[in-house]
Amino acid sequence: MATTTYAWLVLALPLVGMLVVALGFRALPGRSAGWIATGAIFLAFLAALGALISLQGHSPVHRQLSSSLWTYFSTAGVDAQMSILVDPLSVYMMLVVTGVSALIHLYSIAYLDEDRGFARFFSYLNFFVFSMLLLVLAANFVLLIVGWAFVGAASYLLISFWYRRTTATRAGIKAFVINVLGDAGLVLGTFFIFKHTGTLDLLQSFHRTTAGAAFGTGTENGDLVAGCMLLLVGAFAKSAQVPLHTWLPDAMEGPTPVSALIHAATMVTAGVYLIARMHPLFELAPAAQDLGAIVGAATLLIAGTIGLAQTDIKRVIAYSTMSQIGYMIMAVSVGAYAAGLFHMMTHAFFKALLFMAAGSLIAAMAGEQSLDRMGGFRKAMPFTYGCFLIGGLALSGIPPFSGFFSKDEVLLVTAERGGWHWALYVVGYIGAFLTALYTFRMIFRAFHGEPVAEARELQGGHLHHAEVPRNPATGEEEDIDVGFPGPVHAIAERALKMRVAMGTLAVGSVVAGLVQIPKVDFVVDDFLRPSFAESHLYAPRERNGLLVFGLILGTLLGLAGIALAHRIWVARPGTAAAVRARARPLYLLFVNKWYFDELIERLVVRPAAASGRFAQNTFERVFVQDTLIGGTTGLVRAGSAAVRAAQNGFVRYYAGLLVLGVAGVGFYFLLQS
Amino acid sequence: MSIAWYLAVSAIVFALGAVGVMTRRNPLVVLLCLELMLNGGNLALIAFSRMWGNGDGQILALVVMTVAACEVCIGLGMIVALYRRRLPIDVDELRELQG
Repeated sequence: MATTTYAWLVLALPLVGMLVVALGFRALPGRSAGWIATGAIFLAFLAALGALISLQGHSPVHRQLSSSLWTYFSTAGVDAQMSILVDPLSVYMMLVVTGVSALIHLYSIAYLDEDRGFARFFSYLNFFVFSMLLLVLAANFVLLIVGWAFVGAASYLLISFWYRRTTATRAGIKAFVINVLGDAGLVLGTFFIFKHTGTLDLLQSFHRTTAGAAFGTGTENGDLVAGCMLLLVGAFAKSAQVPLHTWLPDAMEGPTPVSALIHAATMVTAGVYLIARMHPLFELAPAAQDLGAIVGAATLLIAGTIGLAQTDIKRVIAYSTMSQIGYMIMAVSVGAYAAGLFHMMTHAFFKALLFMAAGSLIAAMAGEQSLDRMGGFRKAMPFTYGCFLIGGLALSGIPPFSGFFSKDEVLLVTAERGGWHWALYVVGYIGAFLTALYTFRMIFRAFHGEPVAEARELQGGHLHHAEVPRNPATGEEEDIDVGFPGPVHAIAERALKMRVAMGTLAVGSVVAGLVQIPKVDFVVDDFLRPSFAESHLYAPRERNGLLVFGLILGTLLGLAGIALAHRIWVARPGTAAAVRARARPLYLLFVNKWYFDELIERLVVRPAAASGRFAQNTFERVFVQDTLIGGTTGLVRAGSAAVRAAQNGFVRYYAGLLVLGVAGVGFYFLLQS
Repeated sequence: MSIAWYLAVSAIVFALGAVGVMTRRNPLVVLLCLELMLNGGNLALIAFSRMWGNGDGQILALVVMTVAACEVCIGLGMIVALYRRRLPIDVDELRELQG
């Protein structure tokens, strides 16, 4: 089979899975909907592997294949086709997306076993995977926008999956609105790039831009910079970068597998993919690149500090995700494409693993997510603890776990750019220290210390169940019917499917870093090279002395973070409260998430609401309703009243008018002649 | 004889009919007056036919008579229907179709 045929299969399988589950859920017996969906994604993963093998059969210069099924329309310059682009970058994304998704589907079969919306969940999940694959495979801007918007819609559906939870629906709306802002940025950016290049095809627009830069227009072309800046808005919204990040922590209202799939492994990396994909444009718009790098660095620092103060375990992981995506955005913005994408892959493994382990932990707490109420689960949940620990070590960048190699690679390439990029380098290492600190804060608080009642119960062999299901965020009483979480929770220790999924990811988290060991092998670098053939920034092979320094520094900072966390939360309990009291303003800043929600509320929401009220009270009521609508209806009413008066029903009166009229006409003609 | 006389008679008959339609309230008489108007028109047509020496006007008069017969049919039918339903035989009372 041709390489593109495999790619079409990858795209088609989740779509078929979604349609089968969504249309046939009544006829599907038992939990078969979950197996169909999982099977579809797993087959898609196999097809992606097929695409990989088949792509490697081409010579490196011919590894950018595109294929078109049909043309939607074609007019002057605009050529909207159902076409996909298969190159190392999209194959790489395909592999990560389908691989992690297949495991998360498997995990969800057990995790949502008791949920009344089982089939609905899997059709949404398949729809999400389809949208994400459409996004990464799109060969033109139109299809990219379609995939981009589909991903936002799927995210909305999945965040508010428990649609009778008011907090969940509100979070879904928030995510959707911010994502639509990003969609608008992407669409407007596309307009500018279309204006600059005159084509919607990705490869063609890259070639024309590069050629145009060589013959005249040069770098820093106004249209190109504006287009790239707007694309960045799209990337920031999708990848939860400051200041468009506030939806991501709230999105934790969705079921935990959703957080693992969408808000850790795949959807939020769409921004990283976008910048990497558009690198020929970004390299000619250095202003946009610098903006991306600075925002990425700011996000990784801000999110890391917020993660230190949050108590909701899923939110801590969400802020950690934001922080890691900050690294990736920074990496692809400074030209460290392979490093950023490498970090994306390792992050997909260990962050999905962390979310899954957190899901298991939350299940053991019967839905409770607060770290304040957890503790001492180490003995009760050894498997979950092990997975969480592996994920945490990988996230903290401790050798030989995967995060160690990828994070240092990102920072190394950043430093090699020189100049003010050193500031990013320093920020990156501060972030690495914070990462270790908040990760192990989570681990020590949830798994170490005195076992809480739920942990003791579980050690005695009984899984705790809440007497009355409550919303963990607000404490409201809930139902267990459709639209709410199911009555029975599943923990990894008791569900083989969850153990298989988590175990696979744990292995991935440990060994994934080995594909790119500095000075030893360059699998990711070499594999992705054809996609970045024309880039002058792409992955130089020779590394300077900073390499060893960086690796040691990263390890030391990670260990220092863990040691500090151990000192604060295990060795000397009570230190945390003392630190909190001493640095109260700082604590308030972090626990209130740098007041971003309040800032957006003040700067955007309230002015928008005020102008909306003004429009309603003044413009709408006085001008539109009274003047325009009232005036028109008044005119018609007055006119019809006059005409109606003539229709009085007297036949003789009508006859008289008729005679008068005819006589009038007659006289007129008489006078004329 | 000048055609003016014929036309004068025709006009008088037509005007009589028109005045009758406008002033009388009994639908039967109104119908009669309508016939009068039509026949006034017919007279003029036939006079013109004589003046030009061809049959066009006469053919038109025959058509008018046919139409008049139809109209009388419907009109009388309506009056009989009014009578059967014991409605007032008075055009001024029959004004449900006012606007």
